[in-house]
Amino acid sequence: MTVTSYIFGIFTAVITLGVVIEMLRRNRLRERHAVWWLFGGALGLVIGIFPGSLEWAASVIGIEVPTNLVFFVSIALLVLVCIQHSSELTRLEDKTRILAEESALLAVRVRELETATGTGPGRLGPHLDGQDTTE
Amino acid sequence: MPNLFARTLIVMPAFNEEAVVGDVVREVYATLPGVHCLVVSDGSVDHTVARARAAGATVADLPFNLGVGGAMRAGFKYARENGFDNVVQIDADGQHDPAGVPDLLALLGEADVVIGARFAGVGSYTVRGPRKWAMKFLSAVLSKTAHTQLTDTTSGLKANGPRAVALFADNYPAEYLGDTIEALVIAGRSGLVIRQVPAAMRPRAGGTPSHAPIKAAVYLGRAMMALAIAYLRPLPKAGALE
Repeated sequence: MTVTSYIFGIFTAVITLGVVIEMLRRNRLRERHAVWWLFGGALGLVIGIFPGSLEWAASVIGIEVPTNLVFFVSIALLVLVCIQHSSELTRLEDKTRILAEESALLAVRVRELETATGTGPGRLGPHLDGQDTTE
Repeated sequence: MPNLFARTLIVMPAFNEEAVVGDVVREVYATLPGVHCLVVSDGSVDHTVARARAAGATVADLPFNLGVGGAMRAGFKYARENGFDNVVQIDADGQHDPAGVPDLLALLGEADVVIGARFAGVGSYTVRGPRKWAMKFLSAVLSKTAHTQLTDTTSGLKANGPRAVALFADNYPAEYLGDTIEALVIAGRSGLVIRQVPAAMRPRAGGTPSHAPIKAAVYLGRAMMALAIAYLRPLPKAGALE
């Protein structure tokens, strides 16, 4: 390993951590989504500063080529993050669905109220003349 | 039966059905005097809302397409909010004859969910190929869960009694095929009583049931998956039925 590649490794990890922390600071990233990236960045930083730790970990697990451990952990991390995102997406879709249902039912109630009280969007504007605005 | 009709809400999920929805609503009111008819426009981009409204139905206009499951859940919520005991689901495309609804309602005394089945002797609705195998298999599995012989589990003509309305207002599955397969699994596993009665189907005013082999195979696959997931899911909270 040359000095350049050593510095490059640390630099990459620091940039990753910096971006994540900056986004957290600006509320662009929620903590429960950031935790995986912080974990990955911190791991990258440790390995960048102490390359020996990677070789040690690989030998403990029984992986002959240490970089394979890096690939394994990286891919595992990405898969976990993807699953988390799918799950978040499902929850968001569920919430959107419920909002859509509630909003449609509220619109029905508003319409009934307007009919009962003789008010409504068609009565206030000069150009609508009480026509059905949905058509 | 007028008293029963007054406590019944007809829910019609409609997606771009401007050509027929008005006639179907008028037919429902003519055949079942006293019922309240809610058309749930499932993100329609045509004049479905206006046509249904002109025919005298209450219209809930979903802002985007949620599928039949989402539309029905909105219907069940409307029923709960407005105190309707029974909810009858009818397709807006006119393939269900409203004259069959009293038969369904009559059974609600002893059952919570009554299915109007297409292959039970009345009418001439037929399917074939993989789609038929899928329906056969679904019927066999769901009959076990429902503790009764069901021959048409994917029918869109269903009557739901008070216990079913209470359960479904919060727990109606909104996923693909959820309104047919998973809804029955939830009902059966929650201890609701499911029955079916024969119902005549008319040819659909627009579109025909798909028999393209690839589409049918995809349908079979998705139906199997929906079924498997439905059985793996935890049951809705026990309090839902109290």
